[in-house]
Amino acid sequence: MNALLRIDPRGLVLPVGLLVLAEVFARATNLQSDALAPPSDIFVSGIAALADGSMLYATWQTLANAGFGLAIGFSIGMALGILMGLFAPLNRLLEVTVEVLRPIPSVALIPIALLVYGFGHRLEFSIVAFATMWPALILTRSAIAGIEPRLIEVSRALQLSLSARIFKIVIPAALPRIFVALRLGVGISLIVAVTVEVTTNPMGVGYKMMEASQALRPGLALAYLVWVGILGWAVNGLMLLIQKHLFGPAANIEARL
Amino acid sequence: MLEKQHAGSPVLHIDRVNLTLGGHEILRDINLSIREGEFVCVVGPSGCGKTTMLRLLAGLYQPTSGDVTYRSTRMTHPRQDIAIVFQDYGKALLPWRTAHGNVSLAFEALNAPREGRDDKIEQLLAKVGLGGQGKKYPNQLSGGMQQRLQIARCLAQTPSVLLMDEPFGALDAMTRQGLQDEILSIVRGTGATAFFVTHDLEEAIYLGDRVIGLLPHPGRVAIEVEVNLPRDRNQLTTREDPEFLRLRRQLFDFIKEAES
Repeated sequence: MNALLRIDPRGLVLPVGLLVLAEVFARATNLQSDALAPPSDIFVSGIAALADGSMLYATWQTLANAGFGLAIGFSIGMALGILMGLFAPLNRLLEVTVEVLRPIPSVALIPIALLVYGFGHRLEFSIVAFATMWPALILTRSAIAGIEPRLIEVSRALQLSLSARIFKIVIPAALPRIFVALRLGVGISLIVAVTVEVTTNPMGVGYKMMEASQALRPGLALAYLVWVGILGWAVNGLMLLIQKHLFGPAANIEARL
Repeated sequence: MLEKQHAGSPVLHIDRVNLTLGGHEILRDINLSIREGEFVCVVGPSGCGKTTMLRLLAGLYQPTSGDVTYRSTRMTHPRQDIAIVFQDYGKALLPWRTAHGNVSLAFEALNAPREGRDDKIEQLLAKVGLGGQGKKYPNQLSGGMQQRLQIARCLAQTPSVLLMDEPFGALDAMTRQGLQDEILSIVRGTGATAFFVTHDLEEAIYLGDRVIGLLPHPGRVAIEVEVNLPRDRNQLTTREDPEFLRLRRQLFDFIKEAES
């Protein structure tokens, strides 16, 4: 557990050094820019946004949209992946449809979703759901295909019912790999949510970034950028911890490959 | 012809079975009757179709032609009263369930009443020498113990037939001998009929009432010997019995001939 959070101090040399250099450069040149800000300004802007609650509220909006969209998209994708993995005829029936729909860039749906839902939560989580559904489907299906065939034979030999076969054999056997898909989905959900906010939706950290940029406050915009980075890192770390707790060190190795 | 010495109706019957899988002829004209309570062992070089024969009896494969019947009913799918002990115990157990949970799976499949289930599981574990180990996961058990666990799960099905596919093939010699004696006493205790696939001739003679030898390309029955040794087998005296040595010689010659 500690190994995941422990950071080799030598790895900090480069980023800290760059920060110091940037600060020195900004002060030496008496930087006046609409695009760049000295690290100290970014830090002060970030602390101020945290203190007045605006950053946390925006974070909450982004995480809620990403999380809700992921929940919908991943559930649908996982259910379809399980069914397509188990039943070859269904797989053949849906395969072409999946392959046609899957390559559509999720952000290309923003104009359509905007017409249907207008601005707001539904616009954002519907796009996130679409984006996360496909990796969930594809990876779940391949997780099912990768189940030890002997286990399927055991379930046949014991004449388990279909639901028992799915819930007692298939899902537990595929779960470690499905969880890797979930980690991927979490990353995608954050990227897509922030993208929708930056381009269209007036809420969340993405919109805050655009707002700061348009107000010519590069310090605040960059503070949000750093914050999104921290957010992504923390969420991934949390998922790794959960994964390690659920599946033990073996799954962790597999997940990092 | 094969049934000539056996009284009683056969439990399992293979009648003029041919099996072709993916264009390859795996088994040709197999005829075999296994009577109630009999312990039949199958030997033969690798690729001779012994495992395939077991899978036919299990209902996991269907013959291309001919019939496989269980108590005069055609085997169209696996049955809960026919238990299969797979060779690769590590793959046949659910790694996310404890020993207790793995045995429980059979009771769940049977929709057995929950009441008293835990006690029955504990009894079965004790019966195979895993008493008090119920909370351990398969990867915390040795190979021999994992195979015992798989046997316990099979016994939970209260099978009338036990099909065993080289169950001790991956175990060391000492563990194997111990398990041979245990499987004999378990089979005798339950009155089950046993079909045992092995590549070990001595194991086949030691365990069996009858030993079937198969030859490959395509797999076919080539030799059949009755084992007329006292039923109370003993690792030392049985293996020194002149009859044991004679059978061993006969089967060794058969295998050598097959390989040449």
